[in-house]
Amino acid sequence: MIPAVDVKEVSYRQNGNLILDQVSLSVHQGDMYAIIGPNGGGKTTLLKIILGLLPATRGEVRIFGNPPEIGRCQAGYVPQFRTFDFRYPITVREMVLSGRLSHLHGATRRYRTEDRKVTDEVLDQLDLARFSERSLLNLSGGEQQRVILARALVGRPRLLVLDEPTVYVDTPSEVQFFDILQDLKRSMTILLVSHDIGVISTHVTKVACLNQTLHTHDTNEITEDMIAATYHCPVDLIAHGLPHRVLKEHQGRVGP
Amino acid sequence: MMEAGILGYSFFQNALLAAVFASIVCGIIGSYVVVKNMVSISGGISHAAFGGVGLGYLAGVNPITGAFAFTILVALGIGILKEKTSQNLDTLVGAVWAAGMAIGIVCISLVPGYAPDLFGYLFGNILLVPASDLALMGGVSVVIVAVVALLFTQLQAVTFDEEYARVMNLPVTRLSLVLLVLIAITVVMLIRVVGIILVIALLTLPAATARKFTTRLWSMMVVSVLLGLVFSTGGLWLSYLLDIPSGATIILLATIGFAVSLFIPRPGSSE
Repeated sequence: MIPAVDVKEVSYRQNGNLILDQVSLSVHQGDMYAIIGPNGGGKTTLLKIILGLLPATRGEVRIFGNPPEIGRCQAGYVPQFRTFDFRYPITVREMVLSGRLSHLHGATRRYRTEDRKVTDEVLDQLDLARFSERSLLNLSGGEQQRVILARALVGRPRLLVLDEPTVYVDTPSEVQFFDILQDLKRSMTILLVSHDIGVISTHVTKVACLNQTLHTHDTNEITEDMIAATYHCPVDLIAHGLPHRVLKEHQGRVGP
Repeated sequence: MMEAGILGYSFFQNALLAAVFASIVCGIIGSYVVVKNMVSISGGISHAAFGGVGLGYLAGVNPITGAFAFTILVALGIGILKEKTSQNLDTLVGAVWAAGMAIGIVCISLVPGYAPDLFGYLFGNILLVPASDLALMGGVSVVIVAVVALLFTQLQAVTFDEEYARVMNLPVTRLSLVLLVLIAITVVMLIRVVGIILVIALLTLPAATARKFTTRLWSMMVVSVLLGLVFSTGGLWLSYLLDIPSGATIILLATIGFAVSLFIPRPGSSE
């Protein structure tokens, strides 16, 4: 089967600094793949290269076997929060509807009945229908994040790409958000990144650690070696109060 | 009835018609300028227009024609440079802003004789808009309304979330350039009405006032147009009544409207 995402030896330089160093990874169809790592470790850069928003300095990316510009039509994207102005005069329904744009053609790209129907279905599915005529400004952080997820889902994607999906939401909303992802996991491949290893739940099928280079592991366990290699410092793995245990029992303390 | 009497003069009818056209384009294009935080870019483009006026004088063509050509080129240049470099856009805009004015001054100084209407280009005079300019304003208004109507969905996507528009495979670069050109022709069209220095206020104040009370882009545009009509006709009438310059009066009225709106709570907000 063609991998959902195939990254081959991708390097990325910005102003002479090496941000990504020969990163390779394969996300198989049906995976829920998590990339963790510190801030500035290149996670967002990698996602942007995968989606064709940044050109890789070296290496190659395929989404379902196609180059990013074609493959991303089958992907839904949940960018990091606040890439847009929340005061923009747009209703929840209009914003979610804009996730259908990649399915529209012609010079004017008018929305069709079908686009509106799918939008209403997704708004219902994510319990957002009662907010549909409101502006984003009057929603809570958790609700705003579900709107951004809804926009990614109306394109009926086979791959869902999430960048720091829970960084701006409170803990109950975070739990709810991961429950939704667990539901979605049955029907699509999911790739997510986070700087917070606490968000990695047992729902994740694979984990990789990224800090310029990528350390992979074929299971959903995060090993002490991966953490040490990625964060370059001792990390207290237990202190996060994880909802589910994803870390091995310790044989000893990490680091000195 | 002095107010009724003045309506009989053709120069006043022309001024009213100019106010209507100005309000329509300002409401529509100004909404994009405000929601996309393009106020400083628009300021740079409008001051660059003065360079076009000067070049027009120097070349012996209608200065407004010169301004149209030059300002569109500048807008495209800013858009392309913004795409190509990671330079701070603010610096670029500052350079264009000052250089445009400088080109204008140099060109006008090179034309022998007296440059008759310099003050008019800088501050505008809605009461002196000639019928030929009115026809031009009408034509430009039609073009702007038509382009925005055709590209509404895509321009909304690009001004709301440029990165997502790219993921949606919209022609983001081309759409951004279209928007910059629309801003350029709007600015030049407004030079006769309020002048280069005041144009940015007419472009942004009605839209900034309208944003607070609307939850949709098209309704923001409609409210901006209506506010623009109130400010421009009200300012025109006040300027006649008090015998003060019309352009400045319109801007001051718009500023007062905006200031008042700051104290009115946003409808539907829980705060």
